[in-house]
Amino acid sequence: MEIKVLGTGCAKCKKLEELTRNVVAEMGVEATIEKVEDIYKIMQFGVMRTPGLVVNGKVVLSGKLPGTSELKELLENA
Amino acid sequence: MRDRFKILLWPFVLLALWILIYNNLHEIADLVVYRLMGLKEGTHLTESIWFFIFEVPKVMLLLVLIVFIVGVIRSWFSAEKTRKALEGKSLFAGNVMASVLGILTPFCSCSAIPLFLGFVEAGIPIGVTFSFLIAAPLINEVALILLAGLFGWKVAVIYVVTGLTIAIVSGFVIEKLKLQKYVADWVFQVKANHAAMEEQELTLADRIQVGFDTVKEIVGKIWIYILIGIAVGAGAHGYVPEDYLARIMGEGSWYAVPLAILLGVPLYSNAAGIIPIVAVLMEKGVTLGTALAFMMSVIGLSLPEIIILKKVLKWQFIAIFVAIVATGITMVGFLFNLLHL
Repeated sequence: MEIKVLGTGCAKCKKLEELTRNVVAEMGVEATIEKVEDIYKIMQFGVMRTPGLVVNGKVVLSGKLPGTSELKELLENA
Repeated sequence: MRDRFKILLWPFVLLALWILIYNNLHEIADLVVYRLMGLKEGTHLTESIWFFIFEVPKVMLLLVLIVFIVGVIRSWFSAEKTRKALEGKSLFAGNVMASVLGILTPFCSCSAIPLFLGFVEAGIPIGVTFSFLIAAPLINEVALILLAGLFGWKVAVIYVVTGLTIAIVSGFVIEKLKLQKYVADWVFQVKANHAAMEEQELTLADRIQVGFDTVKEIVGKIWIYILIGIAVGAGAHGYVPEDYLARIMGEGSWYAVPLAILLGVPLYSNAAGIIPIVAVLMEKGVTLGTALAFMMSVIGLSLPEIIILKKVLKWQFIAIFVAIVATGITMVGFLFNLLHL
């Protein structure tokens, strides 16, 4: 699984990266997690609200910090 | 299914409880201060404590209710829908709509840049985009409810109407000044992928859940400021020399409004944190116009936001933006001082 956390460095964006790492570790799946901070690259995903979450090239979340169970669900369905 | 039913029921149960407590705040404060704490009526200390015990639950109740309602309403709006609504709108109508949508669209100042880029990329005029960016922080539901609670609904309505006017006119002027050349060059090269994420339709139960989540998030973040603010207000209740501030920032001095705005820019606070300070200022003789100008300056023109905007705007643009909004706020301040509201 290829996961990208989009965010320019706000508190919520950092939280989302941390949360994603924890959830991935807990699920025990193979995944690369990358933090995208370049606004130019963020825009190319069409995300106007940060933080955003991209799984395998598809935007699955934008503009909010999900709860642990919600994030788990998003990753499982992706 | 049972969970869904439960969540639809909760708001009614809580509302009944809310009304019950709200209508008995006076009695509750009397009971706590005079009976439970056994304090004597009439002293400064007792007065301060009573004010605190009365004001904290009142403001908290109003806050929880309004944040919940706004949270639910906002679940119908999103930055993507707002952008779509603004595409191809004519200039003035666009400014009006952008300002109103600025109030209703969920927005966090850390998203200001991606939002700005997304709007510009969709061909929405810079001035219309700015109406949105000015209105979004300036007109704040927490400020609205606190103003209504502390000074009455008239002041709260005035706040919204003047805030909207500033956002509409400022955006319009920014467009007319043709400031495009002062936008960082790379901004216009951004190509965004539009079919980014399909939005799923929410059920009513989902929306109510959004409301509860919003309350948890916002009230969880600001309750401490409100507590401190009211404590400051309660402490000032009778202690600070009454006309001290009135002499510097009272009615007689023309420079009160510009001074208040200048003081407000470097201060950065959420709306909730600033209102109790405004309440204290007014109690000490600062006029409403000056106090409102101070508040608008703190929440609408903040240094951190200006620094964020520096990424996409050249300094000339930022200087003009600050000058226009500050002028608008100054006019609002003078207007209210003149009208003696």
